[in-house]
Amino acid sequence: MFDKFALAATLALGLVAGPALAQDDHGEEEGGGGGGHEESHITDYSFPFEGPFGTYDQAQLQRGMKVYTEVCSSCHGLKFVPIRSVGDESGPNLPDAQVRAYAEFFEIWDPTMADGQGDFRPATPTDTFPESSMANAPDLSLMAKARAGFHGPYGLGINQFLKGMGGPEYIASLMTGYTGEQRTQAGATLYENTAFPGGWIAMPPPLYGDDVSFDTDAPTDLESLSKDVSAFLMWTAEPKLAARKQAGFTGVLMLSVLAVLLYLTNKRIWAPIKHRHEGDKSAE
Amino acid sequence: MAGIPHDHYEPKTGGEKWLHRRLPVVGLLYDTLMIPTPKNLNWMWIWGIVLTFTLALQIITGITLVMHYVPSTETAFASVEHIMRDVNGGWALRYIHANGASLFFVAVYAHIFRGLYYGSYKEPREVTWIIGILIYLLMMATAFMGYVLPWGQMSFWGATVITGLFGAIPFVGETLQTWLLGGPAVGEYTLTRFFSLHYLMPFLIAGLVVVHIWAFHSTGNNNPTGVEVRRTSKEEAKKDTVPFWPYFVLKDLFALAVILAVFFAIVGFMPNYLGHPDNYIEANPMATPSHIVPEWYFLPFYAILRAFTSEVWVVQIASFITGGIIDAKFFGVLAMFGAIAVMALVPWLDTSSVRSGRFRPQFKWWFALLVIDFVVLMWCGAMPAEEPYASISLIGAAYWFAYFLVILPLLGVFEKPLPQPKTIEEDFDAHYAPATGGTETVVKPAE
Repeated sequence: MFDKFALAATLALGLVAGPALAQDDHGEEEGGGGGGHEESHITDYSFPFEGPFGTYDQAQLQRGMKVYTEVCSSCHGLKFVPIRSVGDESGPNLPDAQVRAYAEFFEIWDPTMADGQGDFRPATPTDTFPESSMANAPDLSLMAKARAGFHGPYGLGINQFLKGMGGPEYIASLMTGYTGEQRTQAGATLYENTAFPGGWIAMPPPLYGDDVSFDTDAPTDLESLSKDVSAFLMWTAEPKLAARKQAGFTGVLMLSVLAVLLYLTNKRIWAPIKHRHEGDKSAE
Repeated sequence: MAGIPHDHYEPKTGGEKWLHRRLPVVGLLYDTLMIPTPKNLNWMWIWGIVLTFTLALQIITGITLVMHYVPSTETAFASVEHIMRDVNGGWALRYIHANGASLFFVAVYAHIFRGLYYGSYKEPREVTWIIGILIYLLMMATAFMGYVLPWGQMSFWGATVITGLFGAIPFVGETLQTWLLGGPAVGEYTLTRFFSLHYLMPFLIAGLVVVHIWAFHSTGNNNPTGVEVRRTSKEEAKKDTVPFWPYFVLKDLFALAVILAVFFAIVGFMPNYLGHPDNYIEANPMATPSHIVPEWYFLPFYAILRAFTSEVWVVQIASFITGGIIDAKFFGVLAMFGAIAVMALVPWLDTSSVRSGRFRPQFKWWFALLVIDFVVLMWCGAMPAEEPYASISLIGAAYWFAYFLVILPLLGVFEKPLPQPKTIEEDFDAHYAPATGGTETVVKPAE
């Protein structure tokens, strides 16, 4: 039996470990300018959309949307996100009238206005959010999927398997990770941040706590606001998360039932071949 | 089909006879589906079905994705986001297609290592093996070009690095690279030609798969003992085999259902685990990611590529002898393609007359080491090019070549194989003894 075990074990090892290795341990070097090997620190904040059954918390998305609108959007954009989607049931789920009113808050550049000269006009729900207004402020549409908070250990990808990729945790940790130190390098001010790879980031601290006010009695301290806006950005990056998990669950369930049925059919069909005398089921 | 004697299709009704005289297509399907298959095949013989299914899955999801994807550097990234947000079920199509590539490679590596262990490449199945390697090469080309299409950062820089390999070829390299890219650097024309070829190649793979199946249907399947099916008469062949339908079709479908359950768990709950976050950033020729890594299925060969630096003495000797024509970069490229080439040549490198590793006591250990070597190389490929990973890669690469070029040729001469069963029936009966007269005593369990 050695060969079966050896082959099965080695292949299992290879095939299970293999894919996990693709996620390498590169976080600490990313964009590292003069930073060297300073460890970036990512807190494993918990979010309601984590785990196989987690979904977005509508109230949290609405709060995060408010933080984005009042703070982030002054520099950053969400150019891949249609404004109408803030009315999605699986998203912030704003009523139609509010979606229309919200759209008008943004001014977008329309090249067809003013006889082809182009001009600014208030956005409508069918437009996407405006692009970033600052050249070095990246678009945030996909930021929660474009960053990995967790790495390793030893490039094995186990942390990401257990905790998730860590995009939203990275964003929240970045918001709360400012130490207050700053320095000037080549004419630009850099701010020390414990989450940012390399340790020094060009973005000034965007949130201090109590930056926005909510109608509800939700907390407005720095950590709560950071988590809210991270959750909102996870939604902008992955708006179909709920449908995906639902489909995954249905798929796994149906295939498991199918597998059981096929197993029983297969066993029954092979029985006369494997046990050539009736009632004999001892052989294995 | 030649090979194992078995019952052929006999048209019965008038209509069947009419068609059979003109186009024996029903006979072809019947013979393909009812092919006598060794009855002792184990669970490592399920990967062929998984691979065929995955190819179909990739082609179907791919064709649908193409309906919404716009291949241009200006629009590619945005059109993928359009698929993810606005197309009905678009997110499912894309995640299935992206993770389907990983499923494809998990299955193909299992399939290849099964062939290496049980000697499926040996006479008379060399042609099946060579076609298999060609399919694998086409798969790698297809997967690589497919990864470029979303036009993310890793798409762009991966394409830059990999096409740069062709630039390392002496004399013609730069011309060749420009020709491949459609310009001096990765850009609009690289994307459009990769898109075109990414659509073409799966159909070439499908054609080769037909030839692959044809080839092993002519020789008959290998099996875990490596002992051939008896072919002197239909009766004898029947003792060693069962028809593919329904026995192995159902077994394979059961295995496929289990594998797909795992696959859909990944698609549903962690669809980005196997991808790279940097590919959610739109390609930017002005900003190089700090760490460019290929997808996991390329990592072992990427590690071999990087293992041969200018400090390695083999490289220095090669460079000295050829007067610098073979430099470290070109040596690495040769090593990477060589690692696959030695695998293609294994039917002629393995000198042992015993097919299955089950009866080769020393081979087993060398083979287990090869699998471990493959995993270690995969790990090294994901790590930065620094110590100790560089040295480990070099040892891993050396073992890969040693296994095919030294160990397999010598083992056949020095190894003393274990006794093999005379027939497949004997092996099967050893596991599933008939109630009387088997090789093992059977104890009836209490009901």
